[in-house]
Amino acid sequence: MKIKTFFSKSFPIVLLTVLTLPIILGFLWILISTFSTRAYGLLPVGPDGKFGGLTLNNWQFLSDKAIWYVTLNTFILATGLTIGVVAVSAMAGYSLSRIKFPGRKGILSLSLVLHAFPSATLIIAIYFVLRWISKIPILGNGIPLLGGFGYNTLGGVILVSIALQLPLGIWLMKGFFDSVSWDIERASLIDGSSRFRTFREIMIPQIKPGIAALSIFSFIQGWSSFIIPYSFMTSASKATVGTYLNNLLTESAPVNYGELAAVGLFQLLPVLVFYIFTQKYLLSIFAGGVKGTS
Amino acid sequence: MKIKLDNLTKHFGKVAAVNDLTLDIKDGEFVALLGPSGCGKTTTMLMIAGIYKPTKGQIIFEDNIVNQWAPKDRHIGMVFQSYALYPHMTVYQNLAYPLILKKRPKEEIKIESQKVADLLGIGHLMDRKPGQLSGGQQQRVALGRALIKKPQVLLFDEPLSNLDARLRITMRSMIKKLQKDLGITSIYVTHDQVEAMTMADRIAVMKDGVLQAFTDPEDLHDRPRTLFVAQFVGNPPMNLFDVELKEQDGILSAIFGSGASIQIPNERRPKTSKKIIKMGIRPQDIHSTNGTGLESVISFVEPMGRDNLIVTSMGELDIHFLEDPGIKLNADDKVKLKFDLNTLQFFDKETELSLLWT
Repeated sequence: MKIKTFFSKSFPIVLLTVLTLPIILGFLWILISTFSTRAYGLLPVGPDGKFGGLTLNNWQFLSDKAIWYVTLNTFILATGLTIGVVAVSAMAGYSLSRIKFPGRKGILSLSLVLHAFPSATLIIAIYFVLRWISKIPILGNGIPLLGGFGYNTLGGVILVSIALQLPLGIWLMKGFFDSVSWDIERASLIDGSSRFRTFREIMIPQIKPGIAALSIFSFIQGWSSFIIPYSFMTSASKATVGTYLNNLLTESAPVNYGELAAVGLFQLLPVLVFYIFTQKYLLSIFAGGVKGTS
Repeated sequence: MKIKLDNLTKHFGKVAAVNDLTLDIKDGEFVALLGPSGCGKTTTMLMIAGIYKPTKGQIIFEDNIVNQWAPKDRHIGMVFQSYALYPHMTVYQNLAYPLILKKRPKEEIKIESQKVADLLGIGHLMDRKPGQLSGGQQQRVALGRALIKKPQVLLFDEPLSNLDARLRITMRSMIKKLQKDLGITSIYVTHDQVEAMTMADRIAVMKDGVLQAFTDPEDLHDRPRTLFVAQFVGNPPMNLFDVELKEQDGILSAIFGSGASIQIPNERRPKTSKKIIKMGIRPQDIHSTNGTGLESVISFVEPMGRDNLIVTSMGELDIHFLEDPGIKLNADDKVKLKFDLNTLQFFDKETELSLLWT
């Protein structure tokens, strides 16, 4: 009996350990590489091929102004993406969950199709759209901080990222709104509230866990995004951490894997810390998402 | 406030949830909408509240057609079955919310909330969240929230069905007393006929979206206009039999399938020329007797405290009646049944309408 419970308890742990081993080794390699001139497997080695060669040189990029610039850019991108996605998704999700209007079913299924659409296939089309937006005065490329919403601006990248993130966000928010009782909303309307005020003061507080989850998810998405900023922000000064990382790879000089690992870890750290404190909410994203049937 | 529903109809897709409902509710009256689940009573209430828009017909408050009015302009308070308290607000905030929406001064909101809370005996719970309250307390908060804005109409949507039996009786009398004291026109939706009978001035019985009867509780009980009302109202439910009418020498009798017969008094003579009709009699109007009566065999005895509900069979027919527990009756005993003939009800088998009262 005791052996059986021991086995049934340890078996999942062993299985999970084996399955996650490649990832864990990957992380370990990154961590070790950042502090060594050269790594032989997981072993840092010196020029003589023996253990040694530990160094902090790989972290020198931190003294470079550029990295802080791209970090700020990435932060703006992630924050803008989060605010945009949450605001639009919450309102769209509420409407789709609560209000009957022509085209409701259509929007729901269309957004689901968009969600399944690989974003890489849209890049060329989006490029033309952004080029067109660029031609609009001020809105195109005359806004401080964001640069604008056209091609080669941070705002443009945010705009595209929001659009691609919306299907997931809308369905998620709809799922959460679906699970809020109608009676609360009716009570609020009868108590004398307007529809919008009911949305803001009564409905939003009920789906706080959903909003938290979507915010975290979007923020992480924005922080680690690569394809979109890489495609639509060509000038290096405007790049994000993701593209900065890529620049290290594409240079004609031999790749310094130690530095590459250090930048990677630098990008990873905020996400890891963030994740540890917010995984409770992230779990509810999947629980809440399941409910999202029309 | 007077409320008039005029040919009110609501369709959901092709289904008619409420069909041509016409009701006239007097100022200060307590009206119950009674019916089995899915009969359209809640839909009717939500139309009065302004949540649903009627497909056809009119809702008239005093002299205004309010079909297109927003809920907030109708001066109504509503208590929900689920209480529908705002979970993220304290009891105080819940009570104060309607007044905040009306932009009343802060001091007044404080005083009014405390007054309502004290009236309902929840004054000491002001800082709690709804999740920390018992069902009965939540119900009181919901009631307070409906009352605080001094509505002209109070709507109750099965407010007591989530409470335990004891609490239900206390809350029942409390709501009734509050309504009488405040004199607010009230509409009360319920599927529980006891609730409707004890609380309401008049009861509107609905079935499949159609109004069956709209009258006071006593009339509803003693003079049911349709077969459905006769079956639905009254506890235990009315006995119903198919009988054949036979007239001989001016004396009308009803003959059961088994061949037994009873005489129908002149005051209860059914207005029909048909031979086979439905006869009904309530269990409390049948008694066992030592004299002459219908012979039957007891199937089983259900003690109900004050009375015993006794089920007997007379041939193929089951007859339910109430008897004093002092009279010892056991299963398989033979009893003679005496019907109180002045309580007989008759219904047409096809139209299901009463042959006495319509």
